[in-house]
Amino acid sequence: MRISQKFEELKDKNEKALIAYVCAGDPDPDTTPSIVNALVEAGADIIELGLPFSDPVADGPTIQAATCRAIEAGMNTESYFEMIKGLEVNVPLICMTYYNLIYRQGSENFVKKCADAGISGLIIPDLPLHEADELIEICKEEGIDNIFLVAPNTSDQRLDAISSKSSGFIYIVSKLGVTGEGKNISSNVAGLLDKINSDLPKAVGFGISNRKHVEEMVAAGADAVIVGSAFVNIIASKDNVISRLKEITKDLKEGCR
Amino acid sequence: MNHYYGDYGGQYVPEILMPPLQELEEAYEQYKADPEFTSQLNDYLENYAGRSTPLYYAKNMSAKYGIKIYLKREDLVHGGAHKLNNTLGQALLAKFMGKKRLIAETGAGQHGTATAMVGAKLGFETMVYMGSKDVKRQLPNVYRMKLMGTEVVSVDTGSKTMKDAINEALRDWVTNVGDTHYLIGSVVGPHPFPKIVRDFQSVIGREVKEQVMKVEGRYPDSIVACAGGGSNAMGIFYPFLDDEVNLFAVEAGGEKLREDDKIAYHSASLATGKEGILHGARTKVLQNRDGQILESTSVAAGLDYAGVGPELARLSETGRVKPCYITDMEALEAFHELSRLEGIIPALESAHAIAYVRKMADHGILGDTVVINLSGRGDKDLQTIMDMEE
Repeated sequence: MRISQKFEELKDKNEKALIAYVCAGDPDPDTTPSIVNALVEAGADIIELGLPFSDPVADGPTIQAATCRAIEAGMNTESYFEMIKGLEVNVPLICMTYYNLIYRQGSENFVKKCADAGISGLIIPDLPLHEADELIEICKEEGIDNIFLVAPNTSDQRLDAISSKSSGFIYIVSKLGVTGEGKNISSNVAGLLDKINSDLPKAVGFGISNRKHVEEMVAAGADAVIVGSAFVNIIASKDNVISRLKEITKDLKEGCR
Repeated sequence: MNHYYGDYGGQYVPEILMPPLQELEEAYEQYKADPEFTSQLNDYLENYAGRSTPLYYAKNMSAKYGIKIYLKREDLVHGGAHKLNNTLGQALLAKFMGKKRLIAETGAGQHGTATAMVGAKLGFETMVYMGSKDVKRQLPNVYRMKLMGTEVVSVDTGSKTMKDAINEALRDWVTNVGDTHYLIGSVVGPHPFPKIVRDFQSVIGREVKEQVMKVEGRYPDSIVACAGGGSNAMGIFYPFLDDEVNLFAVEAGGEKLREDDKIAYHSASLATGKEGILHGARTKVLQNRDGQILESTSVAAGLDYAGVGPELARLSETGRVKPCYITDMEALEAFHELSRLEGIIPALESAHAIAYVRKMADHGILGDTVVINLSGRGDKDLQTIMDMEE
């Protein structure tokens, strides 16, 4: 499913989107489909599946550890696409990974594989806009969205450029730092949301881990929230994983209504 | 400013790092020719670092191998390695930029030590990230950093060496962009770091030019330097790029270039790496078929890195610099030989350059006059050597 279609559906229902991140292959490649099913059943609107990279510089300890577990368990680029092809969920799927894994395959090859597997969008935290010209062209041809990130310190000039080149949605990084659960979300996010001049949905991520955070972001004008580490921590605990994932997903989704 | 060297270089970093990289580039362009900045830097290089360093004619080694061998004595720079040339420049730049805090990664501990020195001297809060494997094998340097008031953070992720220390330093920088300067220690990372580090290290090559002219009346036939990230190599090579001088970058061949799907038992990224993206730059990278970065290996912690500076990757590609490698065993033999022949104990990193000259002296490719960059002294490696010989 296209990302834009999902946002239109939600708009009709007057809901915001819950985007759920998990690392593919964590704790092992066979378990990921049941985790994705649980998240979707419980209300996640879009699934962001990490393709694990050995050196994830934008990620904090929680997702770093998930990445290690997944690689150790045998997840690789080929098995990633195979696993995604086997998923039976009717929500947009986004591939989140680091640029070297794409570069190694060849951008065109990688993007085609994404399209074949049913992936609708790409998030690459170490590929800033000015290095992405080639990839944007290829993605356009294959109908895959390029989701770029903006941060609290991004200049107005870059904000405009990123808004105009993004597709799917704009990923707003809520804080200076790496991914991971946080206590509070900066009050500056509202200002950043206001400043972005775009028709695209705005999704806030990094540090969003509970319903209070979700409600604050929705009140501040976010069209979507991205939650990752909170799910990954549950997966890492190995304790009652599926039912706890469903429980937190329902609660977070309530915050989007 | 052009961000690329041929196809290598660029800025592959999280969006949060774009403002500080731009700020750094602007500040560097502003201050590099500023009279106040350059006069302070030159004063520190002379009176704190102890420059210029001698170009020493290694008579006994020359006699043994039948060619004239000169050693550029960067081991005599304060701290015991060439690293201070760069940390003085960057720390002073950070001071002019109004930064309060320095962070750095370190492999052998030499760059960490050189950062600790300038941190103490110029009044920065200083934090150095170091792989836990390196912390174990370079304990004296860890203690030196602590003595100078630097906090050393042991990094326990991934291969537990410099690659992971850089990851952690980048994560710190992303979190503390406002008041912190990331004092990167080699000609690696996103633009403008490869250029800035090269420029600050080029003092080595500029001195060699003058010194060798004085004693030989001409440039050497060859210059040989070890290369991990490549800062001592770029520093001595750069001023000679347009001259008729052969340039050899000696990488760590470890256990003869053996590798599997996770580990390279060497660190020869120029010789065997494939094009990829690591730590913000497109360069030659040790990686597997999927693009996962391999853990690198070397007896010399300062060469133990899965990537290499983008400019050095470009110069190797064009053939201007010849990449080559030396195994751990060959480096150890050279370490012992230089100690006995000349009374100079080289760093295990620099021993790779020495070893290459020993190996190739009678092959003719070096010519008859060679300058080796003796990038550091070997005191830090004594524990490693003692452990190996037990």
